[in-house]
Amino acid sequence: MTQTLSASTLLIVPLAPLVGAMVAGILGTSFGGNWVGRRLSHTITILGVLVAFIVSAMTLESVAMDGARFNETLYTWMTVGDLKMEVGFLVDGLTAMMMCVVTFVSLMVHIYTVGYMKEDEGYNRFFAYISLFTFSMLMLVMSNNMLQLFFGWEAVGLASYLLIGFWFNKPTAIFANMKAFLVNRVGDFGFILGIALLVAYAGTLNYGEAFAKAGDLAKLTLPGTNWMLVTVICICLFIGAMGKSAQFPLHVWLPDSMEGPTPISALIHAATMVTAGIFMVARMSPLFELSDAALSFVMVIGAITALFMGFLGVIQNDIKRVVAYSTLSQLGYMTVALGASAYSVAVFHLMTHAFFKALLFLAAGSVIIGMHHNQDIRWMGGVRKYMPITWITSLLGSLALIGTPLFAGFYSKDSIIEVVGESHLPGSGFAYFAVMASVFITAFYSFRLYFLVFHGKERFDKNPDGHHDSYGDHSHREKPHESPWVVTIPLILLAIPSVVIGFITIEPLLFGEFFKDAILVNLEKHPAMEELSKMFHGPAQMALHGLTSMPFWLALSGVVAAYYMYIVNPALPTAIQRMFKPVYTLLENKYYLDWFNENVLARGARGLGTALWKNGDQKLIDGTLVNGSWKLIGWVSSTVRQLQSGYIYHYAFGMIIGVFVLMTYFVWLNR
Amino acid sequence: MGLLSLAIWTPVFFGLFLLTLGREDQARKVRWIALISAVVSLLVTLPLYEGFKLGTSAMQFVEKSPWIERFNVHYYIGVDGISLWFVLLTAFINVVVIIASWEAITTRVNQYMAAFLILSGLMIGVFSALDGLLFYVFFEATLIPMYLIIGIWGGPNKIYAAFKFFLYTLLGSLLMLVALIFLYNKSGGSFDILAWHKLPLTGTVQTLLFFAFFAAFAVKVPMWPVHTWLPDVHVEAPTGGSAVLAAIMLKLGAYGFLRFSMPIAPDAAREWAWLMIALSLIAVIYVGLVALVQQDMKKLVAYSSVAHMGFVTLGFFIFNDLGVSGGIVQMIAHGFVSAAMFLCIGVLYDRVHSREIASYGGVVNTMPRFSAFALLFAMANCGLPATAGFVGEWMVILGAMKTNFWIGAAAATALISGAAYTLWMFKRVYLGPVANENVKKLTDINSREFLMLTMLAIAVLYMGIYPKPFTDVMNTSVADLLTHVAASKLNQVKN
Repeated sequence: MTQTLSASTLLIVPLAPLVGAMVAGILGTSFGGNWVGRRLSHTITILGVLVAFIVSAMTLESVAMDGARFNETLYTWMTVGDLKMEVGFLVDGLTAMMMCVVTFVSLMVHIYTVGYMKEDEGYNRFFAYISLFTFSMLMLVMSNNMLQLFFGWEAVGLASYLLIGFWFNKPTAIFANMKAFLVNRVGDFGFILGIALLVAYAGTLNYGEAFAKAGDLAKLTLPGTNWMLVTVICICLFIGAMGKSAQFPLHVWLPDSMEGPTPISALIHAATMVTAGIFMVARMSPLFELSDAALSFVMVIGAITALFMGFLGVIQNDIKRVVAYSTLSQLGYMTVALGASAYSVAVFHLMTHAFFKALLFLAAGSVIIGMHHNQDIRWMGGVRKYMPITWITSLLGSLALIGTPLFAGFYSKDSIIEVVGESHLPGSGFAYFAVMASVFITAFYSFRLYFLVFHGKERFDKNPDGHHDSYGDHSHREKPHESPWVVTIPLILLAIPSVVIGFITIEPLLFGEFFKDAILVNLEKHPAMEELSKMFHGPAQMALHGLTSMPFWLALSGVVAAYYMYIVNPALPTAIQRMFKPVYTLLENKYYLDWFNENVLARGARGLGTALWKNGDQKLIDGTLVNGSWKLIGWVSSTVRQLQSGYIYHYAFGMIIGVFVLMTYFVWLNR
Repeated sequence: MGLLSLAIWTPVFFGLFLLTLGREDQARKVRWIALISAVVSLLVTLPLYEGFKLGTSAMQFVEKSPWIERFNVHYYIGVDGISLWFVLLTAFINVVVIIASWEAITTRVNQYMAAFLILSGLMIGVFSALDGLLFYVFFEATLIPMYLIIGIWGGPNKIYAAFKFFLYTLLGSLLMLVALIFLYNKSGGSFDILAWHKLPLTGTVQTLLFFAFFAAFAVKVPMWPVHTWLPDVHVEAPTGGSAVLAAIMLKLGAYGFLRFSMPIAPDAAREWAWLMIALSLIAVIYVGLVALVQQDMKKLVAYSSVAHMGFVTLGFFIFNDLGVSGGIVQMIAHGFVSAAMFLCIGVLYDRVHSREIASYGGVVNTMPRFSAFALLFAMANCGLPATAGFVGEWMVILGAMKTNFWIGAAAATALISGAAYTLWMFKRVYLGPVANENVKKLTDINSREFLMLTMLAIAVLYMGIYPKPFTDVMNTSVADLLTHVAASKLNQVKN
């Protein structure tokens, strides 16, 4: 195997998906004349991602086994003065792990798409978009500088925009994609300020060079204020992460992004793109470590997201939206871990979550196909009989999500809870409560979904509005059926890591040397990780200990509560809903954030724009100044015109007056 | 005749030749001749880039010969790193515009094509003139073909628009003429711009000169609050006119700041920088909001141009290399992107004869190829990385941050507003189900339109992915300009 990493090999990783995207997107669509058919399109894009995955896996191996590292510039984008803007790769443990997660999940989603989108007209376009996304995401994680990071950051946003609005005739989809782009732009606004501050004070875009100057930056304050410069930089950068990783209050776009096809919900809006913010903060750990204020901010935002988004998951009836709110809540967990300086734990949860959440989404998609495009879980039930593979893999995914000991999610989530408990930053008390309470909520909504879909009575023939799909497929009375192998194989392949990956990797990732040079923690100031490692005595021991710990019992009671409310006594939820009407209304309206954004922010901006346009541009500038000046000229000239009367005595009189005035001036005044 | 003269006079010569041809009867022949002339005019500018020497801020391809000896006026031209790209850009856009007007213009084809060819030569003249009076002549002469383009081939309210354009910009430049004559006297009878750069001037004189030039250039850019002519003119102008106006003519004003205001009156430029920054930020924020609520696509893009040009002037007056280079890069990028945006509107207008956003909806269903281009240009307009639109904004934001956090933050709001107005328009025009019969009847772009959009798409992507050739050319000149502006002229004045 490769002992050292070379630029040309690494280049294959992003470029192979890009080539696939171009072939499918340009030659495979009406843009280039439909030269390439469906079969060739999916073959080429899948091959591209497969190649990327293989090279990524080889890279991971040499990084993990031989300690190989890579940090080189590929080309200079531009130079201005002494500031070099470059495109280059940095490969270390963090990057190599992300490359493998991205390419593996992407590969699964590519294969799955063959089955999921087979009836769709935009088949080739879809493959082009997801390959383009894979390229962008790889550029993002492999970058060694802020410019390329921002490039990838925006490019994944573009791919997300294209894919949410993939069904461009669906009004909700094209609203959702615009909303996603704009909310992300609000985050990017902060992000670019953070980058610009870093450039202004560190004078470089390169990670390594910037981090080397981090110590000097820590001594500065933002001119004109007494704010620590590093705190401002970190909070600005984190605002970018809040947009991309859907943290409160910039999370509003993620639930709506479910308007896109399910494969991309799995790939982009669960496993990879939304974790870019987490990745970025982990990458910037040398900066964040310098500012406790920023870390506290990160932790509190994460805790709010983890807890309050979980609540919303409880009342959703759309299968994808339940999983989406669960994603929000889990992203909140990762963010809390970042705030507790446990970057490696956050990234560890990012990885396990990528597998089980992609699995849950793809399984949800499989159910949606099986249910003939019904997404409402109230009209499902008893599906396990018809879709055994989907059922088992979903169960495994859900168990991983709620943190069942030995499953992947257990190791990462339990570590987060432990590490937050050890943190002493302001806000860590609230964060600890939030992540603990969320364990119960996560278990409850996950198993509410699971029981409603796979167990209980079959309710799919009772759906009152059974034709709200985009396919015009009216066969709702038919029984569900298991999905084809292209769909089930990815489910199985994702189920395996969802179960075992935590057990295998927790030791090297959290307590070993894997992230040694990628993530920097100031253990003197933030000793939580050290405490965690003192408590750790091997993964088996941890699982055993987990059985007697608080989170396990919380999760168990969540499952039991869900079982009781949705299987044993199905009338209870409605009764509770009626009893707590105001709470339910608040949740149903998603804390009124969408209402606020649409009615106050969006309408306010439009109102202000109209006011400035009508009053500023049209009335004041054009009406008064521009047209006013020609009216003035018109008035003056029409007045002056009166002088030209054509009567000789008028002119003679004027001449006499003039002579008199001039003479007076010269004779008397100008002596 | 030198290379630079060739770049100026080739299109003018061809334009004059076209005028001698018949009006309608030879339309087909006229179009081909116009296209060939535009391509030849572009080709003659390429050796300028090839032969341009990096690493010096001196003028290159200089030609100097007496013109009006009585007043010591010279035909004195040359390019440096600041102006070189605009010569190429002008010639490039000219080719695209000739292709764009192929079918849309059916009356007085030869005059229309001639107007564009002559205009392109004159604009190259503005960018290369090193003699004050020569500059003024070129600067004002560009008004004539543009006035005719709007007034003859424009929309229903074309006369009002043509007058508004002409008077607005002419009034501004009269003050510039006063400034030029003052400088002529002050320098002892010379119109040499480069000599004026070194002319010692007192603070008051500098301020007066600065505002005299400001009157001419701010209207042209246009800066807030003298921007209101631009939306009105764009709405009435034919597609090609709008494209050239946005892509090149606006840059004449911004270029003037670099060539006149800043080097001739550096102390005043520094003193009044706060005002320029404030006006630029108003352009970015205020005009961004105004663009959001436009119902007319051309007005929307016109307002978006004002906002984007706000980045240019902002970059210039923060006086650092990122800002000034960023401003110049933004000018070039905006040349490609705004031309593309207007041509896209033209493609739709040719078919439906409406610029109202409400007349469209779901265009992607009937024009998928075209919509792919439109999406690319829309993304470039909101400054997505890997497109030209990103490069300048990024540089200016980075540069502004070096000056002040809040200026940088105010400028960066364009990330949000730019995306909001562009994507909202894109959604309403292109996405969604087919809205009406007109949209249903649309036919996708033909190969001519495909060609012109491809040319711009390549330019937009190339500049986004590899902007180094652009910045390499300007680095030395910008650095030199900044050193010059940083040095005060006040202590050189002998009282």
